[in-house]
Amino acid sequence: MEELLNELKEKFSSVIIEIQEKDYPTLICKRNGFLDLMKYLKDERGFKYLIDLCGADYLEYKYKNFEERFEVVYHLYNLDNKILLRLKVRVPEKDCWQYSVTPLWETANWFERECYDMFGINFKGHPNLKRILMPDDWEGHPLRKDYPVYLEEEQEWKTYKELKEKVKEQS
Amino acid sequence: MATYLEINKKQANEEKWEEPFYLNMGPQHPSTHGVLRLFLELEGETIVNCAPIIGYLHRGVEKLGETLNYNQTIVLSDRLDYIASAANNTAFALAFEKLMGLEVPRRAKLLRTIVCEMARICNHLLWLATHALDIGAMTVFLYCFRDREWLLNIYEKICGARLTHTYVRVGGVRQDFTQEIIDELYKFTEDFPSRIYDYETLIDVNRIWLKRTKGVAVVPAEDAINLGLTGPVLRGSGVPYDVRKFRPYDAYGEVDFIVPTGKNGDTYDRYRVRMEELRQANRIIRQCLDKLPETQGETVVAENAPDLLIPEKIRKPEPKPVPKKGVIFKGEEIPVVPPGEAFASIESPKGELAVYVVSDGSSRPWRLRVRTPSFVHISAIPYMAKNHLIADLIAIIGTLDIVLGDSDR
Amino acid sequence: MLERLIYFLIATVILLVIALLHVAYLTYAERKVIARMQQRLGPNRVGPRGLLQPIADMLKLLTKEDLVPYGVDKPIFYIAPFISLVCAGTGVALIPIWEKFVISDINVGLLFILALSSLSAYGVILSGWASNSRYAFLGGLRASAQVISYELAMSLALLSVVLMAGSLNLKDIVNAQINSPYKIYLIPQIVAFYVFMISAIAECNRVPFDLPEAETELVAGYFVEYSAMRFAIFYLAEYFGMVVMSALAVTCFLGGWIGPFEVPYIPFFWFLIKLYFLLFVYIWVRATLPRYRYDQLMGLGWKVLIPVALINLFLTAFLKLIF
Repeated sequence: MEELLNELKEKFSSVIIEIQEKDYPTLICKRNGFLDLMKYLKDERGFKYLIDLCGADYLEYKYKNFEERFEVVYHLYNLDNKILLRLKVRVPEKDCWQYSVTPLWETANWFERECYDMFGINFKGHPNLKRILMPDDWEGHPLRKDYPVYLEEEQEWKTYKELKEKVKEQS
Repeated sequence: MATYLEINKKQANEEKWEEPFYLNMGPQHPSTHGVLRLFLELEGETIVNCAPIIGYLHRGVEKLGETLNYNQTIVLSDRLDYIASAANNTAFALAFEKLMGLEVPRRAKLLRTIVCEMARICNHLLWLATHALDIGAMTVFLYCFRDREWLLNIYEKICGARLTHTYVRVGGVRQDFTQEIIDELYKFTEDFPSRIYDYETLIDVNRIWLKRTKGVAVVPAEDAINLGLTGPVLRGSGVPYDVRKFRPYDAYGEVDFIVPTGKNGDTYDRYRVRMEELRQANRIIRQCLDKLPETQGETVVAENAPDLLIPEKIRKPEPKPVPKKGVIFKGEEIPVVPPGEAFASIESPKGELAVYVVSDGSSRPWRLRVRTPSFVHISAIPYMAKNHLIADLIAIIGTLDIVLGDSDR
Repeated sequence: MLERLIYFLIATVILLVIALLHVAYLTYAERKVIARMQQRLGPNRVGPRGLLQPIADMLKLLTKEDLVPYGVDKPIFYIAPFISLVCAGTGVALIPIWEKFVISDINVGLLFILALSSLSAYGVILSGWASNSRYAFLGGLRASAQVISYELAMSLALLSVVLMAGSLNLKDIVNAQINSPYKIYLIPQIVAFYVFMISAIAECNRVPFDLPEAETELVAGYFVEYSAMRFAIFYLAEYFGMVVMSALAVTCFLGGWIGPFEVPYIPFFWFLIKLYFLLFVYIWVRATLPRYRYDQLMGLGWKVLIPVALINLFLTAFLKLIF
């Protein structure tokens, strides 16, 4: 494990900003060159299993020490050596996109769709980036911190409102 | 499938223009196990393309998790995979304990393991019942439910609820087992292997069953890992990945069990893997029951587990509400959790259930992420259903063991 | 002349009523028997031990709303259930129930019943087409191919019996069985009996061959868009088919009305016993076996049953030539 982390730090020093030792080793990376790092991890180091891919919104987080708003978190696992790695990529709000790892792991397809649906992060290179859990014509991205938990009357979903009106007309 | 609403009109100018035949196995269907919508493109009876559409049961568990405190999110977790809810509770509790640095007493670990394995048996019995019913064998359905009733009655004695237990809490479990429960569990573990034998005689060597399941939806090991399949689906393809052995949690380090794997990766192998897991789960419960008297007299909750704090309601940005008579308000919330993040994963009966939680030092999570196995398995349906018939699609949905509450959260 | 006509009319009406009662109580018996096999009780609320259940079902279906979906082909939609019912039910008139009672004693009785079962395929196909629904369409497609394939196997199996008996008249077939040294054609023609039973289950769209109306896949296949009384008619037609096929099997293979000893005052006793036994086999198979996939079903019909029936036919002809 130690020599893996040291080797990564040497080889990809331009991509990796920091390596933290929390419950699992966490690598904080930059967006440029990220795909090369992932390719190296998958092909050379045998991290063939992508457990999870999710986003996190750090608007007004108390202990924040970086300026970007979003973070995309990857959890990779090596089945032979039993090593679990966590990688984080910081995504700013204005320039809200990230490279897609779908060509490497097929699982990432739906994970990235859900990340787009919930946070609004675009993934470059994704074959079919559409909403997955919310209806197709929904406005807004629900898991952002400035999206309310309960919607007001005027903010309700358009299609549902039209349906209610149609029902009122016909009855 | 890129689009499922546009008919391919670019062939209209050619001489042979064929409109593909679309069939919508809609949200309401007896065998899609919930509100799953599958949009199929058929050629005769062969499936050319398949697009699963989910989201009909999305309840916003991740968003709600940011408004409730740690003990209350356990209640939310019950409703994810509502068939084996003890497993979901365990995943959440493990992640929160990692975050808070709590040490769970040994008796609580044994009790948690027992409840998790009972949930595994319940889940596999329901899976067998619905899978066999979809393929046409009605009798297996009723035999499985008879045994499941027994287990659900035991659950009712343990925690008061049959389906959504909320028994496993942050720091331990809710309450201890009584002697009556332990006796009944002993009786169950003695009788159960003969029941498994009952189910197997009905379908194991039945030619029609073999024809329906052998060679259907073969997934080679490399593709299975790439698609992110876990649990019995992955083990049927020959990869012996089981979170209980690779990253042991609770009392799984102490008990002795084998992890069954298949060879070919077809539906029949997955069926055999799950039947063998039933036997192994029985064995684990027996071993844990034998170890329980050693830990007699221990508490079942860790010492500094968080109390239930009554939170303020996050509805609209309104001034602090006036306290009603008799309700105790804590004006300021006491931070019980150090800021940081934690990731914990367990082997739920369906696959690998993982929880990633970020905390900011307050009594509520900052970000709660649940990675559920059914979500990933549904995304693998188009790969598995290529060039199969509609009748095979039903077998595929059955063998992946999908629950829509799990996938839509 | 006139009194013969009146005799036939009364006999037909009585037989029709009894056949309908049999069919209605067959649904009840099926539910009870399957329930006991699955370690539960069947319907036991309506009437003593649930005996009035079929009547309650009939009343419920009569009072339901009759939905005609948008865009169906109206004349065909209305006619299709009746085709099924008439073709299934007419066969009852040809079966000799005891020595002196058969409503229509025509010389080509067996051929007529086979022709009727072919016609009943129309009911399935037309209802699947006219329903303007994809599920019904798929069910109708599957049913048409299945019915045609299994008819061939059935006819070949029955041809061996005709060879041995020497006539297509059903009464003559039973008489030939009584006069032959084996007493029933089951013993020399056991292969043909099995082929016939399997094909009969496939003809009636019962498990394990009930793909056209598979509940869990096509949500009731070709009659998914039918409601209330029309659905009841399809349902009745399926059970009528079961009764007619079992009666045919009893007549051709099991000896019709003969038995080891004569029961006074009830000449149809042995016929009914054998018929009930075969119906029990239908229900037993439904409770136990899973369902075949469509291509495996067709493979079974064409690759296994038809060659076996053909070989049986040639063997019978050969042996009959020698002896």
